[in-house]
Amino acid sequence: MVEWTDSERAIINSIFSNLDYEEIGRKSLCRCLIVYPWTQRYFGGFGNLYNAETILCNPLIAAHGTKILHGLDRALKNMDDIKNTYAELSLLHSDKLHVDPDNFRLLADCLTVVIAAKMGAAFTVDTQVAWQKFLSVVVSALGRQYH
Amino acid sequence: MSLSAKQKATVKDFFSKMSTRSDDIGAEALSRLVAVYPQTKSYFAHWKEATPGSAPVRKHGITIMGGVYDAVGKIDDLKGGLLSLSELHAFMLRVDPVNFKLLAHCMLVCMSMIFPEEFTPQVHVAVDKFLAQLALALCEKYR
Repeated sequence: MVEWTDSERAIINSIFSNLDYEEIGRKSLCRCLIVYPWTQRYFGGFGNLYNAETILCNPLIAAHGTKILHGLDRALKNMDDIKNTYAELSLLHSDKLHVDPDNFRLLADCLTVVIAAKMGAAFTVDTQVAWQKFLSVVVSALGRQYH
Repeated sequence: MSLSAKQKATVKDFFSKMSTRSDDIGAEALSRLVAVYPQTKSYFAHWKEATPGSAPVRKHGITIMGGVYDAVGKIDDLKGGLLSLSELHAFMLRVDPVNFKLLAHCMLVCMSMIFPEEFTPQVHVAVDKFLAQLALALCEKYR
């Protein structure tokens, strides 16, 4: 089981309570599709992904980014059992969506970059440590049920 | 995944904009590397301390960033231009190449924090590719 200090819990909760899900979700998914273009393979039905400009204006991508970010709410509410919280979602990504689990790490890195831009100097070293620890637990849980 | 002419220009342009804060970014990036990925401290066991924000970490971060800037100037031939640095990393430092990616990520985070408007997705992909090419050039002499 992952151990969280009070400080880490406070940092994670603070980030989420100030989060604009639409803005950050959209920006993170768009950034992932632009910086790691092979991730576009999972978005065949999402309309025009021709170049960075069209990706950034794509409403289906924007909506999906928001949806993904809200998916993190489950981890936030169950920080002491993230592994089991995502068991079902992990199976979904493995069996139905067929997403290479390395993509979870790529998206997590883009999310970190976007949050850093939003928070600026407030994204302190301790904040980054706690945030990346949280994301790495989520990424690990999402990859766990692959078989 | 080599850089297009446009991406090379994007990298040069962004690094030029960044130059007033390059020391800060280098120092911060290395501080974050040892904090977020504590296993990287194994390379600094010979220092009195390797805590984030400490003097040796900041100083070394600035040195590394200087090397990155030097590489920007050699962007058209990184393998050739970084031969001696590659030998240093291969035979003396022997840094596991996985760590170049981790440091690159920390650099990107710092760039994003300090230049949120300028660090667009297009700039991000160009700089990420450049840092990856730089890492490859550093690994050239490894085996």
